[in-house]
Formats: sequence, structure tokens, C-alpha cells
Amino acid sequence: MTAKIELIGVKKRFGSKVVLDGVDLAVEKQSSTVIIGGSGTGKSVTIKSILGILTPDEGTIRIDGQDVTRLKGAARDPLMKKFGMLFQGGALFDSLPVWENVAFGLIQGHGVARAKAKDIAIEKLAKVGLTSDVAYLSPSELSGGMQKRVGLARAIAADPEIIFFDEPTTGLDPIMADIINDLIISTVKDVGATALSITHDMTSARKISDRIAMLYQGKIVWQGPTAEIDRSGNPYVDQFIHGRAEGPIKMAVKA
Amino acid sequence: MNFFAVIGRAVLTLLAQIGRVTRFTGQTLAAIFSAPFYGRLLAQQIMRIGYFSLPVVGLTALSTGAVLALQIYLGGNRYGAEAIVPQIVVLGITRELGPVIAGLMVAGRVAAAIAAELGTMKVTEQIDALTTLATNPIKYLVVPRLLAAVISLPILTAVGDSIGVLGGYLVSTYNLGFTGSIYLKNTVDFAKTDDITSGLIKAAVFGFIIAIMGCYNGFFSKGGAQGVGAATTNAVVASSILILAADFVLTAILFHT
Repeated sequence: MTAKIELIGVKKRFGSKVVLDGVDLAVEKQSSTVIIGGSGTGKSVTIKSILGILTPDEGTIRIDGQDVTRLKGAARDPLMKKFGMLFQGGALFDSLPVWENVAFGLIQGHGVARAKAKDIAIEKLAKVGLTSDVAYLSPSELSGGMQKRVGLARAIAADPEIIFFDEPTTGLDPIMADIINDLIISTVKDVGATALSITHDMTSARKISDRIAMLYQGKIVWQGPTAEIDRSGNPYVDQFIHGRAEGPIKMAVKA
Repeated sequence: MNFFAVIGRAVLTLLAQIGRVTRFTGQTLAAIFSAPFYGRLLAQQIMRIGYFSLPVVGLTALSTGAVLALQIYLGGNRYGAEAIVPQIVVLGITRELGPVIAGLMVAGRVAAAIAAELGTMKVTEQIDALTTLATNPIKYLVVPRLLAAVISLPILTAVGDSIGVLGGYLVSTYNLGFTGSIYLKNTVDFAKTDDITSGLIKAAVFGFIIAIMGCYNGFFSKGGAQGVGAATTNAVVASSILILAADFVLTAILFHT
């Protein structure tokens, strides 16, 4: 079986700063993989490379076996329709009401009529626990947790095959974080999607993933089933999941 | 510090910047001619860029026309040529001051607003979000603003031309003793179609410059609030300078001198 997402030797540098230094990763269909790692280890760059927002310098990225590394412009459109993404800050369009945010991909990307897209949007908002009166609010009127929910509804609106989660619980209180984790699990299962997340919140990582991969200095230093993370035998992973200041990982003070 | 290294770095930075702007402009021009087209957004931007700029353009045009009439009268008076006021006012306004003043006012108002809006969208990942929702950000954000500016600026200039001539008329008839009907007749007889169309062509080019500079600086703004602030300043400064430079080049081209 070919992996849903496959990265082979992906490298990316900005100027003289090497961010990804040969990332190899395979994500199976309908599984949930979480990439963990400290700040500035290239987690976001990995996701942006798969999305095509950044183009890797070297290496190959395959989606459903198709090489998409340098796919650009109109040729990329059908691929983008397979994706959904929940951004760290929500990245909701503040010029549009909540329902139009959720319906955006349907209307603009998939050509669904506005009235029908609105019905779908309200249905998706219900799935993330928001009532239809929220639909007419502006994103700026929502709390952080509600913005995350709207972002989640937008990510799943077009029933994507792959959903990316960028730090889904960062900035939320522990209870809201757990609610979002539950929503991620249920919505991903509901849509039947493959999930790839990045986080440094270990509680969230353990809860939402089947597999965990650890990124350090632009390379995957360990990957395996979530259940095995406590006996990885990998000093980097041990230091990270226990949050120790001492260990092989040296925090770069200067980015 | 190596003197040549400093110069070299500055030149390379400048060339890289020119390259990026050119590529951005090329991508935008290519995006204009392929579907989807966002008519609703275009109408919205024409309202914001064109319609809401009317007061500020009108006001500056009125005072410019008035001051121009006064200065020409005073200057012409030195050798008894004060009767030339209506002719010079209409020529100066339609050829130069109408488009340039509309361009500069809109550069301050609109290029800054566009850069701030798109810059904020950039740093809050809204532009990346557009990409993930299968929408081309250049088509969705840049093309409507560019077309709206290119359409709006000539209209604003035409309105500004009329109000500028009116400003000259008011000062001349109320303060300088001109007869209204003669002032208007001199204006209409003297102005040629070329005077007006050349100004409108300039205005369209200025609109293009304003939209591209606003969008480019917003799209490539870095960092947080400070980056957006810098993008806003750069958009206004760059579009103002380019408007003045383009004005000179266009005048030379349009009048074959």
C-alpha cells in the first residue's frame, strides 16, 4: 500500500540557515501522525512544503504516490482540494462573517452555490459545537477557543482527504485544549481523513495521534507508534516528552 | 568596514527588489486574464479605492485650482498678462496637477491601506489560508485591487480636473474681477482633447503603481506589527516616488519631446 503522504530526503534552507536537512516521513492513509519538536526545528516548514506554500530545495514529496514537490499554479489546484488546514492562530478572514469563512473553500475552490455552501457551513459549525447564531458573527467577536472551532469547521468543510493541524492547542486553557483534541479526533474520523499535525503539547500529541515523529535539527530522529513513545530508548525523545532542560537537545538561543 | 562591500550589498539588494516587484507584477498580469474572476470584489474595491477617495481628491483639486489662478494672476500681472489665467489653469490642471495630485492623495490613502490590510493578512497567515482553500491569493486579493485602481484613478482625475477648474473660476470671478462667462469660454476654447486624455492616461498608470506597490509591500511584509508598519511606509514612499518619476517619463512620451 502506498502511503498517503510521503517525504523523501526533503531539504530546505533559508539563506545560510538549514531548516530541513533530509526529512523522511511516511503517513499511512486514515492514520493520524503528529510531528513533535521544539520551536524552530522546522515543523511548520515541513507542513508548508507539503502544502506547496514553500518549495523544498531537494527531495521528493508524494501525495497518493504522485510526485507533487514542484507542482505549481493550475496543475496544483486538484491537489489543493484534497487538503484542509487548521492554522495556529486560526487565520480566519476578518473581513467575512463566520459562515463565509467556513464556506470559503466550498464557494471559491469547489464552485458550490452560496446558499448550499451556507447550509453546509452551518452543519459543519454544529459538528464543532457551535450554534447557527455564531454563523453571522465576525471572527473578531469570537474567543480564542471559538476561533479554533471555526478554523476546524473551515478545515473540514470540503471533506478533505488530508487535514493539517498546526499547533491546534497552543494558547488554549487545558479544558478547551482537551475539547479541541476530542473534536479533532471525532471530525477526522467522521470525514475519514488522514491527519498530520505539528505540536509541542505532549498531552495533545498523545491523545490525537496513532504515530509520533520527532523532528530535531531538520531531521526525523525517531518515529513510531504513540504507545511506544515512553520506551523509545531515544535520548532526544525522552528529554522532550519529559520536558527536561538537561539532555542532548541544546536550545538555540539565537534563531 | 569595506566600502565596496557596502555599495555592492546595496546594489544587490536593489536589484533583488526590482526583480521581485517585476515577478510579482508579471504574476498579477497573468492572473488578470484567467478564471475565476471576482466581480463582487472588484466592485467592492472600486467603492473603497475610487468612491471613498472623492472627498480628499475633490478638496485638494479645489484648493489647487484656486491657488493656481491666484499665482498666475499675480505673476502675469508683472508684465500685463493676467488675462491668461483661465488658459493656464485648465492646462496645468488637466495635464499635470489633476492626475499628479489625485495620484499622490490616493497613494497616501489607498497604498497605505492596502499594504496594512494585506500585511496583516500575511502575518496572521490568512494569505496562506487562502492557498489551502484552493484559492489563488494573487487572483483573489491583488487583481481586484489593481483593476479597481486602474479604473478609479482616471475617473477621480476627471472629477478632480472639473473641480480644479471650478476652483480657478471661483477665485477669478469673485476676487480677480473676471467675468464668469468669458472665463469659461476661454477655458473651453483653449483646452484640447489631448490635454485631458493625456492626464487620464497618466492617472491610469498612477493607479497601477499605487495598487502594485500597496499589494507588493503587504504581500512581502515580515514579522509582526513593526513589519506591517514598515510595509505601509514603504508602500506610500515607493508609490509617491514612482508616480513622480512616471509622470516625467509619460509627459516626455505623450508630448513627443
